[in-house]
Amino acid sequence: MGVESAFGDSWITTTIDSVLNWGREHSLMPMPFGTACCAIEFMGLVSSEYDISRFGAEIVRFSPRQSDLLMVMGTISYKQAPILKRVYDQMAEPKWVLSMGVCASSGGFYDNYCTVQGIDDLIPVDIYVGGCPPRPEGLIEAILKLQEQRIARQSVLTQPEDAA
Amino acid sequence: MSDLLARVSEHFGDRLIETLQGVDMPSLRLRPEALLDVVAWLVEDGFGFLTDLAGVDYLKFPKAQPSRFAVVYHLYDMASGRRVRVTCPVGDDLKVPSLTGRWQGADWLEREAWDQYGILFEGHPNLKRILNHHEFVGHPLRKDYPIRARQPLSENDALVDEMALRLRARGYVLPEVERDLLAGIRGSDHGVEAAPGAPSHGSRGGSPVAVAARPVGQGRLPEGADLHAELMFVNLGPSHPASHGTLRTFVALDGETIVAAVAEIGYLHRGFEKSTESQTYNACVPYTDRLNYCSAMLNNFAFCKAVEKALGLTITPRTKAIRVIIGELSRIIDHLVCIGTNLVDLGALTNFWYFFNVREKVYTIFDKLTGARLTNSYGRVGGLARDFYDGCGADILVVLTEIEAAVAEVETLVKRNRIFLERVQDICVVPAAMALSYGWTGPNLRATGVDYDLRKAEPYDGYETYDFETVTGTVGDTYDRIFVRFGEIGQSARIIRQALSRLPEGPVMVEAKGVSLPSKDDTYNNIEGLMNHFKLVFEGVKVPAGEVYDASEGANGELGFYIVSDGSGRPYRNRCRPPSFMSFAAFPDMIEGHMVADAIASLGSINIIAGELDR
Repeated sequence: MGVESAFGDSWITTTIDSVLNWGREHSLMPMPFGTACCAIEFMGLVSSEYDISRFGAEIVRFSPRQSDLLMVMGTISYKQAPILKRVYDQMAEPKWVLSMGVCASSGGFYDNYCTVQGIDDLIPVDIYVGGCPPRPEGLIEAILKLQEQRIARQSVLTQPEDAA
Repeated sequence: MSDLLARVSEHFGDRLIETLQGVDMPSLRLRPEALLDVVAWLVEDGFGFLTDLAGVDYLKFPKAQPSRFAVVYHLYDMASGRRVRVTCPVGDDLKVPSLTGRWQGADWLEREAWDQYGILFEGHPNLKRILNHHEFVGHPLRKDYPIRARQPLSENDALVDEMALRLRARGYVLPEVERDLLAGIRGSDHGVEAAPGAPSHGSRGGSPVAVAARPVGQGRLPEGADLHAELMFVNLGPSHPASHGTLRTFVALDGETIVAAVAEIGYLHRGFEKSTESQTYNACVPYTDRLNYCSAMLNNFAFCKAVEKALGLTITPRTKAIRVIIGELSRIIDHLVCIGTNLVDLGALTNFWYFFNVREKVYTIFDKLTGARLTNSYGRVGGLARDFYDGCGADILVVLTEIEAAVAEVETLVKRNRIFLERVQDICVVPAAMALSYGWTGPNLRATGVDYDLRKAEPYDGYETYDFETVTGTVGDTYDRIFVRFGEIGQSARIIRQALSRLPEGPVMVEAKGVSLPSKDDTYNNIEGLMNHFKLVFEGVKVPAGEVYDASEGANGELGFYIVSDGSGRPYRNRCRPPSFMSFAAFPDMIEGHMVADAIASLGSINIIAGELDR
């Protein structure tokens, strides 16, 4: 059923930004960079009970080149850090980063010789979700906030780095 | 048991430093030069299974020790259920003979002791770092290494040295030039040189075949070239959907067949052992949640049980029963995730949803019981954090029925499915001898036909009073590993029903000063109670000086803790014996000769949980 059914034989006007952002917001393709416990909660999120597809983000892509939302879920060690950086670099613009759980956000209680104290040392982060691990509801809220506060405010007139 | 110590001292005399009967098992301390002989004697005596190998640094230990470092071996006699601890002090040259010739599992364990403590194992084929990255300087578990001394990594190891070793073992020759080329895959020459102390290697057996190694996607084959003369090198992981984000397998492919494979771990090494050394025993419990995070409470209980053994505590009957019930429920949901994701790796997505639906229902119970879905921290030294809520037993019975329905449904879908059967039967077979040499335990070992389950072999928490069977396989292929887990879900449900039907009343915490917190009434209303509470929280439960090894049957096998106490409220050394580590050590041997897709399927079937693997 086309847009005519809603608007009839009339005109609608909008901006390129609104159309693009509307599309981007509701067709997120997450790249789940799951390393630890949080990844198990992500499984809960994509399963029937919480069902991330209600928010347009269920097309999980394990190839960074096909995804626009990098979900970092779990502890990032110094051994893992170059890989995370490489995965982020491989993603095409526009792209967003969600840091799930305290380990990814700050190192959590792993304040020691092998753990990166927050992935924002390596890559820019758009949204942080607290919890160890966060509940799926928290993750859903983060995705909604990301859609509303970051993606919806993208503009074709600004470079991605200015957009923030 | 002291009979063993008497015989061993009679045989070796002053080649031993001392023998003593520990709270857990007989223990002997020997001179490094006697290690191989004593181990050979013990193996002859029946101790054929290397349970664990760990380094200890006594630098800050209050009681003087013969040497700063020691390597501690735990051996097990599977036929009669005896254990023995062998402690080998390390001299100033830091050298200890390697046991890699006797047990394949010693390879990675010795690499870990080298990585964490800098102990050199003479005769080890390739002594290099395993948990920490290859640019790391120093040995973090040494007591003089500051816990926050962080060392960033610029580029990951190309693993060329290990690949060259394995290719040579398969009869391939990897000329220097091609090795450089291979290193060029990652634009780095790291790892080309052999690790210090590693002997040079000649090609073993057969007539060597010269094979040109060519990086992926570099040009076309020349006209008339033999397709099988060139190997292709591919990294499976660490960022790969089937590798759980943290396992890396570097493979040399001939077509789709894996000729040689090298596994690299440590991507989720997060310093469990070092971090817990500065925590009180009860504060270690949340760290144990994050070992095998698919069944967090099994780890809680295993750790608490080890500390209780060191304390000589007997927990209350109700605590035992609840630990059994919740532990078995955790085992069930662990197996659900393992089978579910394994089937996803085989392309069967639906089963995953069926299993995750019931897993969510178990989460709801755990959430009500402990306040958390995944990382529950429900165990406490001497008991549990809290008792069952009203109606918990009834909730569990309902969810058990639903789990059984889901399992029956999935079994119907796969059991006679020809595509599934052809993907898993006789694939990546691990014979019992190989599994034992690698130190496999748990469902993976039972799939090979070895009936070893700690719940039967060394019953704890009253497991001897429940009527259940251990499930074993016959061949040790991917099929067996999956169906042993299917069977165990049923057995666990049986145990839970029995335990619920005769759940004793009573407290869920021991009444012992210095272990259990005083009642809130005491804490708030009298100074002695308040002081007691304060000291327990800040100084922790004081564990008598000494060492103890204690193991429980985790979801993946023998989950052991070797705790060295200096008498304070914090573990001086907290070694975790992770079953996944032993399982994954065998992975390269398992998959060589098989296709890439089969390797993925068998990786799922050995259920590697990175938190436990890398700690």
